[in-house]
Amino acid sequence: MHGRPRKAPKPEDAAASAAKAEKLRALQSQLLHNHHNQIYTKEALEISAKLLEANPESYTAWNYRKLAVEHNLSHSESDPDTVKSIFSEELRVVENSLKQNFKSYGAWHHRKWVLSKGHSSVDHELQLLDRFQRADSRNFHAWNYRRFIAALKGIPDEEELKYTTKLIETNFSNYSAWHNRSVLLSHLLQNKVKGFFPKEKVLVEEYEFVHQALFTDPDDQSGWFYHLWLLDQTVKPETPLLVSTWPAHGSDIIVSAEGCLDGRALSPFTSFHSDAGTFPLILYFNEAVEGVNSSTVTVKSVFTENKDLVWKPLATMCVQPLSSKHAERQSVEMILWRDVNFHFYDAHVQESSPIAYFDRLSIKKDHEPAASKWHAKTLVNEIALVRQLLSEIDCKIGKLTLARLLMAHDAMVSYMAPHSHKKVHSEEVLQLYSDLMELDPMHSQYYKEAQSLVLLQQVTSNRESLLKHCCHHRVSTSSSVGNSVCLRLNNLSLSRIGCVEQLLWVQMLDLSHNELRSIDGLEAMQLLSFLNLSHNKLSSFTALEPLRLLKLLKVLDISYNEIGAHPVDTRRYLCSSPLSHTVGSDWNFNEFVPDDAKVTNYWEAFAIFRGFNLTQLDIVGNAITDEKFKSFLIKVLPTLKWVDGEELH
Amino acid sequence: MEGQIGDLEVEKHVQYILSVEKRKDNFESVVMEHLRMNGAYWGLTTLDLLGKLDMVDEDEIISWVMECQHESGGFGGNVGHDPHILYTLSAVQVLALFDKLNVLDIDKVSNYIAGLQNEDGSFSGDMWGEIDTRFSYIAICSLSLLQRLDKINVEKAVNYIVSCKNLDGGFGCTPGAESHAGQIFCCVSALALTGSLHHVDKDLLGWWLCERQVKSGALNGRPEKLPDVCYSWWVLSSLIMIDRAHWIDKEKLIKFILDCQDKENGGISDRPDDAVDVFHTYFGVAGLAHLEYPGLKAVDPAYALPVDVVNRIFFSR
Repeated sequence: MHGRPRKAPKPEDAAASAAKAEKLRALQSQLLHNHHNQIYTKEALEISAKLLEANPESYTAWNYRKLAVEHNLSHSESDPDTVKSIFSEELRVVENSLKQNFKSYGAWHHRKWVLSKGHSSVDHELQLLDRFQRADSRNFHAWNYRRFIAALKGIPDEEELKYTTKLIETNFSNYSAWHNRSVLLSHLLQNKVKGFFPKEKVLVEEYEFVHQALFTDPDDQSGWFYHLWLLDQTVKPETPLLVSTWPAHGSDIIVSAEGCLDGRALSPFTSFHSDAGTFPLILYFNEAVEGVNSSTVTVKSVFTENKDLVWKPLATMCVQPLSSKHAERQSVEMILWRDVNFHFYDAHVQESSPIAYFDRLSIKKDHEPAASKWHAKTLVNEIALVRQLLSEIDCKIGKLTLARLLMAHDAMVSYMAPHSHKKVHSEEVLQLYSDLMELDPMHSQYYKEAQSLVLLQQVTSNRESLLKHCCHHRVSTSSSVGNSVCLRLNNLSLSRIGCVEQLLWVQMLDLSHNELRSIDGLEAMQLLSFLNLSHNKLSSFTALEPLRLLKLLKVLDISYNEIGAHPVDTRRYLCSSPLSHTVGSDWNFNEFVPDDAKVTNYWEAFAIFRGFNLTQLDIVGNAITDEKFKSFLIKVLPTLKWVDGEELH
Repeated sequence: MEGQIGDLEVEKHVQYILSVEKRKDNFESVVMEHLRMNGAYWGLTTLDLLGKLDMVDEDEIISWVMECQHESGGFGGNVGHDPHILYTLSAVQVLALFDKLNVLDIDKVSNYIAGLQNEDGSFSGDMWGEIDTRFSYIAICSLSLLQRLDKINVEKAVNYIVSCKNLDGGFGCTPGAESHAGQIFCCVSALALTGSLHHVDKDLLGWWLCERQVKSGALNGRPEKLPDVCYSWWVLSSLIMIDRAHWIDKEKLIKFILDCQDKENGGISDRPDDAVDVFHTYFGVAGLAHLEYPGLKAVDPAYALPVDVVNRIFFSR
């Protein structure tokens, strides 16, 4: 099926092909006949061997041979020579078939089946594997079989590691060997096997090893992927880290409710308005973690008992019905996002301590293990090395690696010294990604997203730059808005959201006029009540799945996006729906959708919006939006007061 | 025609598929006889994506499909061949295309599939015990279509798949096996269908996958290997499911797929000017559907069936 040249059929070819076909068909029908009638004579076995040599993919023949072996074994009275010859014959048939097609699943499995019955020597199998390696070093069947033999015969990881060294030294472009090496090393490091501890010593040797590959053939990807793994081993912390929280550790928070204090007099960073009398507590880790509960996390507060707290994970898509309680508001003001409604935050205004508050956003680290100095030093070495390589040759993955190294170095330095740190490399990294977009235009969207993340790092990493993007939202009447500070990140060409751990305090967010296709990460911003996503590139409702975790969201603007304009939905499996078996028994879609509706867009809107407590929604400017669709949405969202600027009655 | 996208020869491909269905006597057909059930799925799904499913004899096909069912409940690749999970999925998919899943004894088929799950959550292909994450995908996909996913231990199935995750973010056929686009498709789909995509490092895997696009615009299946049209499905579907499809150049891939057509005789091949077959014809057309090529039905990236077929199963009254 692969790699056969296309040629016009000639009459003599057709005749030859028909003759071959006849022979093969005869073998196949004989095989099926013998199989169905359980005929396991020598002649019958010979037919199956011929068939498998001609067509190793004829799987029923392999099944037949296994049955024949079992049958003949039970009739051989355990005579060891007979047993041995039965199995040898099977191995011979497999080898012949593999000569025809060394990628035949059926052939390899048959061999494993024979081996697991305890026949053949390790040496013989390894020799066979060596021959296959030389024929095709990337044959994953052979590699899998090698791992099978190693496990079956107890060949130690260290020996197999030496084998990968041998192969790589012969040819650096052997991704399969590098892959196996990383698997073996992971085991050896994890089990702290003698000679492979401490980890730093092993990594230093591996860096030296891979450098040879990178300098010999910088355009071959194999070494670079391995290098990326080494980098990950260097920077990744041993245990999960708590990166940030809201409220910040040791801070004072004032919680106000309707009819309570006048919200505008309070500091926007340390006050929180809540009608329900609750506020969220957010713990942001650097990776998904388990085991967060009241016995592992202690919260000291005036208001509540530790045992009253219920911890919910935000990283998974669990079946969580949204609570259907909604507070009845006396007066709901429509929020306008026009520039005239905002005024910039004056950093000189007397405030309790907004700047000091930002300091508390990062968790203080009390200790600096000696090993982390090694990590920083390693990064510096690698940066120097890659720079040297790039001075000799313009290499795409080299540039990308340099960008990643510089970002990792910045992150590590900022972790170790949070207050004195400046992000020194951001400009160079942004330039590297611009270079990459020109060098490798096919992957330009990947580089653009990386740039968005760097940009957001720049904006959120220090207080001055963050304050520049903070604005007061002018609300005309006294309302229960409370905190009226809006973080405005509009018109920044952002194609990706990041640095959310710095933004857990945000209640009002303007991301309009960017290039966002997804809003992954927003689910951590649990305080978010007002969100503007207009004029972006959201192409489906399913892209809004993260919003389902934002219980306090009241006002949402998704106008002028691309919802309904694309036949392909790339978020289809990243949201809760019947397709992925992630909805509960409360899925009552059929009650809402009109009879003649095209199901496609309606179920997506239903999946996202059901159970929301939105008071204001803007959806104009999307291909999906027509009157019928709007009435459907209004049914699904009973708390709505404003749609596309019009008050509902 | 330099610089233009080019045309999809719909009529030629339809005729090619119909001819393959009928042609049974040349060597290529006989060699593939044991996987005719897969061939039926590839050919018929392509016809449906092109809007031409009505050109075949539905009753004839369905009765042949049912003839391939074994007393164990599983399906063989052709009449008289042993049952295997590979052909069982194709049989279920073919019946779904025709909206005829009701001809099945659903519990009988589901029990065959569920019975192939092992203690560690993995799945065997048949009674002979070959284990591969392809079979995990097949089990989850077919049981989902039959709405009997509760017959297996989903948590263990997911854990086994996660154990096959590699350090480069990809997945292999068994724990420790090298990442390969085909296996990645199977694992990512299986995780998608069980709401478990949070186990995937989407940025890491997305980058590995987008690097399958080589200078010509075509996709390969692993680093430093030759590109092939079928990866337009395996890689692209995976990218779509993790929402990273925009990390490749879609225009260039469309052009490559169209260049793999046999514009005279119909069909699509693995590379330009190679011999065509129905396998690559399906993956080429399905890839174009994923790339929003005009005139094609949308295809579900996890179930590998037209979206309207899937919606019919999960959203109709």
